[in-house]
Amino acid sequence: MTINGWVQIALFIAILLLVTRPLGGYLDSVMAGRRTFLSPVLLPIERGLYRLAGIDPKEEQSWWLYARAMIVFHIVGFTFLYLLLRLQDLLPLNPQDMTSIPPDLAGNTAVSFLTNTNWQSYGGESTMSYLSQMAGLAVQNFLSAATGIALAMAFVRGFARTEAKALGNFWADMVRATLYVLLPACILLTIFYVWQGVPQNLASYVDATTVEGAKQTIAQGPVASQLAIKMLGTNGGGFFNANSAHPYENPTAFSNLIQMLSIFVIGAAMTNVFGRAVGDERQGWAIFAAMGVLFLIGTFFAYWAEAGGNPLIAALGVDNTAGNMEGKEVRFGTSLSALFAVVTTAASCGAVNAMHDSFMPLGGMIPLINMLLGEIIIGGVGAGLYGMLLFAVLAIFLAGLMVGRTPEYVGKKIEAREVKMTMLAILSLPLAILGFTALASVLPVGLAGPANAGPHGFSEIFYAYTSAAANNGSAFGGLSANTVFYNGTLAIAMMVGRFAVIIPMLAVAGSLAAKRKAAASVGTFPTHGGLFVGLLVGAILIVGGLTFLPALALGPIAEHFALLAGTLF
Amino acid sequence: MLRHFRASIVMLLSMTVLLGLAYPLAMVALTGAVFPSQANGSLIVRDGKVIGSTLIGQNFTGEGYFHGRPSATVDTDPADATKTVSAPYNAANSSGSNLGPTSKALIDRVKEDADKLGKGVPVELVTTSGSGLDPHLSPAAAAWQVARVAKARNMPEADVQRLVAQHTEGRMYGLLGEPRVNVLRLNLALDAQAKR
Repeated sequence: MTINGWVQIALFIAILLLVTRPLGGYLDSVMAGRRTFLSPVLLPIERGLYRLAGIDPKEEQSWWLYARAMIVFHIVGFTFLYLLLRLQDLLPLNPQDMTSIPPDLAGNTAVSFLTNTNWQSYGGESTMSYLSQMAGLAVQNFLSAATGIALAMAFVRGFARTEAKALGNFWADMVRATLYVLLPACILLTIFYVWQGVPQNLASYVDATTVEGAKQTIAQGPVASQLAIKMLGTNGGGFFNANSAHPYENPTAFSNLIQMLSIFVIGAAMTNVFGRAVGDERQGWAIFAAMGVLFLIGTFFAYWAEAGGNPLIAALGVDNTAGNMEGKEVRFGTSLSALFAVVTTAASCGAVNAMHDSFMPLGGMIPLINMLLGEIIIGGVGAGLYGMLLFAVLAIFLAGLMVGRTPEYVGKKIEAREVKMTMLAILSLPLAILGFTALASVLPVGLAGPANAGPHGFSEIFYAYTSAAANNGSAFGGLSANTVFYNGTLAIAMMVGRFAVIIPMLAVAGSLAAKRKAAASVGTFPTHGGLFVGLLVGAILIVGGLTFLPALALGPIAEHFALLAGTLF
Repeated sequence: MLRHFRASIVMLLSMTVLLGLAYPLAMVALTGAVFPSQANGSLIVRDGKVIGSTLIGQNFTGEGYFHGRPSATVDTDPADATKTVSAPYNAANSSGSNLGPTSKALIDRVKEDADKLGKGVPVELVTTSGSGLDPHLSPAAAAWQVARVAKARNMPEADVQRLVAQHTEGRMYGLLGEPRVNVLRLNLALDAQAKR
């Protein structure tokens, strides 16, 4: 580890802290439908969309109506994207003559982009037409992120409203998040990325004759516009197979910094939106602090593991000062690769600037743990906040049990229905992850997948289902996942991870909104201080730790000890 | 329910027009006008022919050139479309090796390369990059090759060293990222020197 490495990490955190509150204020205004500086341009478009779609943005929806609108929108989105991918060979903007995507891969990919996972069983530059990338995948990048923000707003309103029946209007929330937040930011980001060197064109791939006279075909495309939303929307699906490790998709350390910040800013600002909504910004900072503690622990361990390098390589007489460079790019080194890995898995982004499969056993375990905890350390845009608030409900319930009184969180009594629904949401994740991992670890079709033998092969399978269920989308890329078995089971895991959390979460929101706000008394447990942050972090680690430690022991931990003993597989 | 379907279909189609067509196409036009070189892939053109991109590494094997890092990219086997063959720096199919730290294949490969290159070789020269297209070497990995390049070109080592120093980029703004040498640019400079 170097001082410069830590200074860069500190810089990243400092910028994030500076942005959180102002962006939170902006998001709060936008989602409440107040006028902002962009309204003169965007309001006519917004109104036009409502009129065309036959929507009254002021019509309030109960939790169930809100969920229904969201589900129908997903069904239509899935059908459209699936057909687009199946038919891409017949459609325009396909200069490389990409063929039609087979049914299992098209289905997996459509689910993947709809659920904000962006798991990719394919390599972008060798599979997708420009039209599929732009009008199919990138559109869902926007919409799945906007849906996440909308859902988080619905949940926040559950806490903020008193004796209310409704949680807002799904369509208005989704449209506002897209038009006022995602699109304008992406326009600026695209310009920045192209300045740094990211291509943005519709040309066919370039045939170069190299200095030594060989032929090199260089993939092109509208990369920057897709990259912008891929990071900001915590989607993570790369334009190219190598994702943000590709020099076209992340050319400089500056583009790298902005990419990492884009992953985190909206999720961080959502904590502030929550604080504002419940009338006490400290509540938001407490949630932010809990996320921050977990983030710092992960960053330290990942950087430490990667900077230390692979002792088996050092033993061959190689100068190992640069650390574990297998699967990493020179311009980023181990510090920025480790930081990126932690950021992308803490938020449910899943873009990578280094190959996680080639991380050291403990370095690769950190991304895995980040996902296993449920993508709540900043988390996906919106999804991170509601995931974390579900844990807050759980933590406050545990605290209530300890002192023997009905717990309250930001003035709302947490009762049986809320806790049951919360547990349903929290337990769906281990069910999908451990269930499918166990299945794939014994079936021949599953065992055909891993590229590496031994515990690392198990880690590849475990990582895949974790990434899918947590809606992350990063991979231990050695797994050959483009098979009917993996495409199918991973798609199911992605759906469980999204909808089995969202629907109970909205139910909790609906029941909280109906409650009256209890006035704070001397007996109220304060939820803006260090004690609550500690309790929350503890609840997260205990639930995550107890559930997943056995599986981690079979994978990365076993591999770590094998490494120390010099065992190869 | 039907209302939701109508709203969904209209929303999806109009958003597709706005976000999937208008936005990327406007960005193609705008960035193509403002940053034409970058928007089109930072290509290097010599005598009307594209010889590569400054951002994309290429495969160098000659003794008189600096070699980039090993690359794990593959291509379809021309003899059998279901198989792949090694094709270093295939810029139409980026990928890393995805070999884990305890993989026998990884350690065997590193051992073979390390034995060839000699004791104390910087780790960047025996490990594959994430994209397989890494355009850079670390200054240490470039320095390691100076003697070989100088000998092959009959140049004084000091001259080669000077070129490497000229092509070494520090951290961006003195802070971001790692110091690095662009291999393609360095090799082009070597060739230009030779012509003079």
